[in-house]
Amino acid sequence: METQVKKTTAYDVVALIVLIVLAFLFIFPLYWIVTGSFKDAIAINSATPEWFPSEPTMDNFVRLFDKPALRWLANTVIMAVAAMVLTCITAAMAGYVLAKKRFFGQKILFSLFVCAMALPKQVILIPLLKEMSFLGLHDSLWAVILPTVGWPFGVFLMKQFSEGIPTELLEAVRIDGAGEIKTFTQIVLPIIKPGIGALAIFTFINSWNDYFLQLIMLNSQEVLTISLGIAKLQTEMSNDFGLIMAGAALGSVPIIVIFLMFQKYFTQGITMGAVKG
Amino acid sequence: MAKSAAPARSHVLARRETFVSYMFLLPCLVFFVGFVIVPMFMCLFTSFFDYTMTDFEFIGLQNYIEIFQDETFLIALRNTVLIVVVSVPTVCIFSLWVASAIYRRKGAVTSFFRCVFYLPVVTGTVAVTVVWKWMFNQYYGLFNYVLSSTNVIDQNISWLGDKRFAIWCIIMILFTTSIGQPIVLYVSALGNVDNSLVEAAEVDGATSFQCFWKIKWPNIMPTTLYILVITTINSFQCFALIQLLTSGGPMNSTNTIMYYIYDTAFKTNQYGYANAMGIILAIIIAVFSALQFKVTGSSKKD
Repeated sequence: METQVKKTTAYDVVALIVLIVLAFLFIFPLYWIVTGSFKDAIAINSATPEWFPSEPTMDNFVRLFDKPALRWLANTVIMAVAAMVLTCITAAMAGYVLAKKRFFGQKILFSLFVCAMALPKQVILIPLLKEMSFLGLHDSLWAVILPTVGWPFGVFLMKQFSEGIPTELLEAVRIDGAGEIKTFTQIVLPIIKPGIGALAIFTFINSWNDYFLQLIMLNSQEVLTISLGIAKLQTEMSNDFGLIMAGAALGSVPIIVIFLMFQKYFTQGITMGAVKG
Repeated sequence: MAKSAAPARSHVLARRETFVSYMFLLPCLVFFVGFVIVPMFMCLFTSFFDYTMTDFEFIGLQNYIEIFQDETFLIALRNTVLIVVVSVPTVCIFSLWVASAIYRRKGAVTSFFRCVFYLPVVTGTVAVTVVWKWMFNQYYGLFNYVLSSTNVIDQNISWLGDKRFAIWCIIMILFTTSIGQPIVLYVSALGNVDNSLVEAAEVDGATSFQCFWKIKWPNIMPTTLYILVITTINSFQCFALIQLLTSGGPMNSTNTIMYYIYDTAFKTNQYGYANAMGIILAIIIAVFSALQFKVTGSSKKD
């Protein structure tokens, strides 16, 4: 934004104070997770909460790693990375032709993608589970990866980014005799790279946190994700809040760090995905 | 315009382009058709069947008729509508206020607040839910401690176990996880409003309220519409919070359609019935979205 001298009004000051209070409230649950994970059983189960762990302990984490928590975390990473890579490849290819080529059935296909996006994703989970059982993929990480890749948001986003590729450039490359694949890998990909970055981080975070899909598809101990692991801890030992908070910290801190590192791309992804084509 | 320079593009070329395009689309279509379109049709198809672990028998519209006589469904529908009706306007208004309060500040400040309000989304439903469950706990929870030590309540409240409070607790948590994306969208939309229009109006003596109402609001209308639609879709599908916090209780007071679908499919294995409810939910959402398009679309022309 350009430099603009704007006089500060009383409203601006009040608004800022309100924002700071709200920010505090929004950060608080995360603070409570992280500090809670270092509190001992006495501090956890006392009616008077400790605002900061007076005697920090690693005990919760020791007990957490007695369970296959690292396995849960590894599964989550494998799932999110696989979903991310597959989504980026398929969506980049599809988005490019939808934006830059003229072909039979284009309009209908694009409307189909957009309509599907407006439908409630969770409604199809039950038939999806049946389909996965039929394919023999139920209770494997594929059962959560494949539906994530199928979701058309990525195509939509990549189409938005591909609109920015200069048509003249593509024509010039064509006249020079470059093939379709070469055009895509050498001209198109470098131009839509920021879009792919946005889609990658977006898919990674969403896949990591898609609890409902994971809940329905995964059962066995070996394929549980961190979200399912925490949920399981919660049902099995509902009042062991220290242990549960340690799990919650393990599940959320890595993804928050990734988010903060790439938040610029992420914001861009959300914004571009909303522009109506 | 290189495209229109070749009006007589031969059929051969057009066919080639179509072929190439579909080759590029193929990987995407495999996933899309396989894991979105097929299950969608399966959902619709099996909703006309008495479909359980053992049976698979065509019963026409029987599931749909039963649904509207099912008291639990009607309670779940009422709760779901309550969640949507409360959360959609509050999310929209609140996020618009936050966005307009932060979008003109320094880059780092805007980004800080945007991140903070997005935090509950990134933290993940499960992590957010378990910490709230702890804070709402009757004996060790922060809420009861704060409220009783400030003498607002004289007896600890079982927040999630009390019919009067449980759904409001859910709505509150849902709120914190819903405003992140709208704020990001509004900040960007407000930043894109042509500043010269606003400045010109200010020179002409328009108040900041007039500036907002006459210039910014019509300009951000498409964003508002998009936010209304996504918030509606998400609120209608409220599931994870319910499953983790209350399991629909106490006495169905927090049961939602999505949770009831899950319960029907996985506890009692009535897949056909559950899918029929899914279809109804999809129709309700479609109607709501269409209404929002109509209402906001017509006000834009005024």
